[in-house]
Amino acid sequence: MVATESPRVPRPTAATPAAAGSAPARVRLDAKTLSAFFGAAEVVRGVSLPFRDREVTAIIGPSGCGKSTLLRCLNRMHETVPTARVTGSILLDDQEIYARGVNPIEVRRHIGMVFQRPTPFPTMSIRDNVAAGLKILGRKGPSKSETDGIVEDALRRTALWDEVSTRLRDSAVALSGGQQQRLCIARALATRPAVLLLDEPTASLDPISTQKVEELVYELRRDMTVVIVTHNMQQAARVSDRTAFMLSGELVEFAPTNTLFTTPSDSRTEAYITGRFG
Amino acid sequence: MATMAPAKPSGRGPRPSGVQRAAAERTRTTLGRRRVVNVVMIAVTLVAAVVATLPLVFILWHLVQAGASSINLAFFTQIPKPPGEAGGGMANAIVGTLVLIGAASAFGLPIGIGAGLYLAENRGTMLANTVRFLSDVLNGLPSIVMGIFAWQFLVKPMGKFTALAGGIALGAMMIPLVTRTTEEMISIVPVSLREAALALGYSRWRTSLVVILRTALPGIVTGALVAVSRIAGETAPLLFTVLGNQFWSLSLREPIAALPLQIFNFAISPYDAQHSLAWAGALVLIGIVLIISLAARFATRSRFGHGGD
Amino acid sequence: MSEAARPLVTTRQDDTGIAARIEGSAIGDSVYRWMTTAFALCVPVILILIAIGVGEAAWPAFKTFGLGFLTSSDWDPPHNVFGAAPAIYGTIVSSIVALVIATPLALGVAIFLSEFAPPWLRQPVAFLVDLLAAIPSVVYGLWGIFVLQPFLRDRVMPFLAGLPVVGKSALFEGPAYGPSMLGAGLILAIMVLPFISAVSREVLMAVPRSQREAALALGATKWEMIADAVVPYARSGIIGGIILGLGRALGETMAVTMLIGNVHQISASLFAPGYTMASLIANEFAEATGDLHLSALMAVGAVLFVLTLIVNGIARWLVWRVSREARS
Repeated sequence: MVATESPRVPRPTAATPAAAGSAPARVRLDAKTLSAFFGAAEVVRGVSLPFRDREVTAIIGPSGCGKSTLLRCLNRMHETVPTARVTGSILLDDQEIYARGVNPIEVRRHIGMVFQRPTPFPTMSIRDNVAAGLKILGRKGPSKSETDGIVEDALRRTALWDEVSTRLRDSAVALSGGQQQRLCIARALATRPAVLLLDEPTASLDPISTQKVEELVYELRRDMTVVIVTHNMQQAARVSDRTAFMLSGELVEFAPTNTLFTTPSDSRTEAYITGRFG
Repeated sequence: MATMAPAKPSGRGPRPSGVQRAAAERTRTTLGRRRVVNVVMIAVTLVAAVVATLPLVFILWHLVQAGASSINLAFFTQIPKPPGEAGGGMANAIVGTLVLIGAASAFGLPIGIGAGLYLAENRGTMLANTVRFLSDVLNGLPSIVMGIFAWQFLVKPMGKFTALAGGIALGAMMIPLVTRTTEEMISIVPVSLREAALALGYSRWRTSLVVILRTALPGIVTGALVAVSRIAGETAPLLFTVLGNQFWSLSLREPIAALPLQIFNFAISPYDAQHSLAWAGALVLIGIVLIISLAARFATRSRFGHGGD
Repeated sequence: MSEAARPLVTTRQDDTGIAARIEGSAIGDSVYRWMTTAFALCVPVILILIAIGVGEAAWPAFKTFGLGFLTSSDWDPPHNVFGAAPAIYGTIVSSIVALVIATPLALGVAIFLSEFAPPWLRQPVAFLVDLLAAIPSVVYGLWGIFVLQPFLRDRVMPFLAGLPVVGKSALFEGPAYGPSMLGAGLILAIMVLPFISAVSREVLMAVPRSQREAALALGATKWEMIADAVVPYARSGIIGGIILGLGRALGETMAVTMLIGNVHQISASLFAPGYTMASLIANEFAEATGDLHLSALMAVGAVLFVLTLIVNGIARWLVWRVSREARS
């Protein structure tokens, strides 16, 4: 089946998507002069970037520009690598996630992440994979029947329900790559995070699966904050409301997507999006 | 089987190579002669391969021939008769070996898996490298030394021979094997799986135990079974620890019979009846080792197929 | 915040929000770290305990006899005189005999499997050879007593003694009545062969194609390629495998005990019975008369312990050197 010419994902309008003419949506996640290091190497340099509620923010840039590292700072995954270090601040709902005494595990329960390669847990069934984030709540978590409801809800949102409802007990690795990635998104959604981070989520998928994931991402902005890192400019143009362009660890430009792609204000941005490098 | 294999071989660097010198030499001999040498050497290595497999064939054949006739129900249900009398069996020794395997596993598996987890998750640290090296050293020690160790620290203080001491000696022998396979199996699990769990809000210990260890479990089970099959046939450590027992015993605090030990005692005894039992016991012992190896192979068949694009 | 957007994972409902902790996870991580570290530390601890245990038990004997213990041949329990020289001699000789017999065979098998054997033959033959390593020592001993030894006594030893020049040498003199150094060496050879063969096989198969092709391109026959290019390249690894086999031969107990005769003597003849360190300890432990006797046995164990450490250390160093050079 050949992909249709016009993408089924509607392009964002020039006005901010919250509601035409109203004030921009409030800032949910706010990075302020964030710098990230691997040992002595500064990979993200003093980036300040607000991520708004009910919006998809895309981060684009050539390989090595630090966009993935920046993303991993947002849910405190960067520090899981030895010699990694972060300075600056990130506020989630006005609370500093790097404050002393804050448990990164707790942060990660409010900020979900989907990786480039699908990573279902191979020893768990489809249902248990989706519920994996809930099981750790133990006694404070939902009951079994509540969990079933949450699982179904998450699978419906990722358009997987119809495909897997009859085989929830099957192994998750029996699914195709595109289905596995949607499963990972469902798994992240099941804990109802405030923010969802996506690190090149369609990089290893075929075009059809890519399209489905893009549609999903566009839908998700209805009730959460979404940040997507992508090396595919067309994808950024398709799904995001605002786009940030990074180069060598610095934030070069940040603007509503349409503006950035049609009338970029920085020459480096223009050079990148017209394909002169990257 | 635990062997060491170097990652890659090396020769000395490119001196005027053996090949080139030999090539120069070759121009002085006739091609015909070289061809003959070539064929002869192929035959020689083939003969070597045949000769190398002959002992196995002989041993198995003799085992079956001499032992099969003594394998009957009595063998599996009765304890040995007094020397000189015909009949009897090795039931207590078989059970004793199972008890020892259980005790050894209870001691060796947790330590081996725990150490393997540590090595896999702390690669490159000095402690990890030291422990890995020392584990190899432990692996190469003669089993009789392990027996002496258990004798010194368990038998002497307790004042008697016990199944527990034998279990500890055998368990200590299991540790290096289990550690190595655990470390390998855990390292094979992709980093992305660990990250996915962490990103979901799993704590480190939960990630390691619930996600990583579970994923690596089939391979670890195989390693454990291989380790068990190795210690099941060990005799030397038992000489110093369990003494052997002519009667039924399941207690860890008493001497216990064990199959390899019983085979040894019967083999060196002057009575033909006991020689026959020894052969039968050897056949059963090999059977047990074989069954455990097969179980190990069975455990690594993945339960789930692998789908994906 | 709309209903759907409210996080499912709620924290304690004061305004500390995400600064609240989940109980147990920090503790859980610490406990996990400590436990795995403790388990890992068990390995060096056990090794140290072994060294201490063996040393402690051996000390009385070494104190009494000094280093002469290693050179004296007098083993006289009733008079409390002990010397380990025959056992040390026997260990070394039986191991050398084993290596002399096993190495050419093991190399031959390895070369056959890695260079000549068709793919369908490789797996089963390799499996059979490796299976030799799975047979317990006591089973080798049993077969040795009832099958190998009579065979040696009735056929091989007379044959060897009847050989033109060699047969008259000190190597084959004396009556061939059963237990012998030759028998022990032979059974050790069988037991050690799979280890040397497996290591050599892996090393040979890892020799890069470029080496082989260079030889063939110069006009070498297949055998010449193997002898001149492949084996020299793999030499260190093969030697490592041989030393590994040596390490195993040194410590082998049961099969040797059953075949070597257990007699304290040093003899040049392979037909004569003797002792090895491991078989000495195994044989006399049960009936040791008195503390000094026991301590002497443990002292022999200490010597064996140290010897195995050294030999295995060398083997490991060789392998380490090989893999380091391969990486550069």
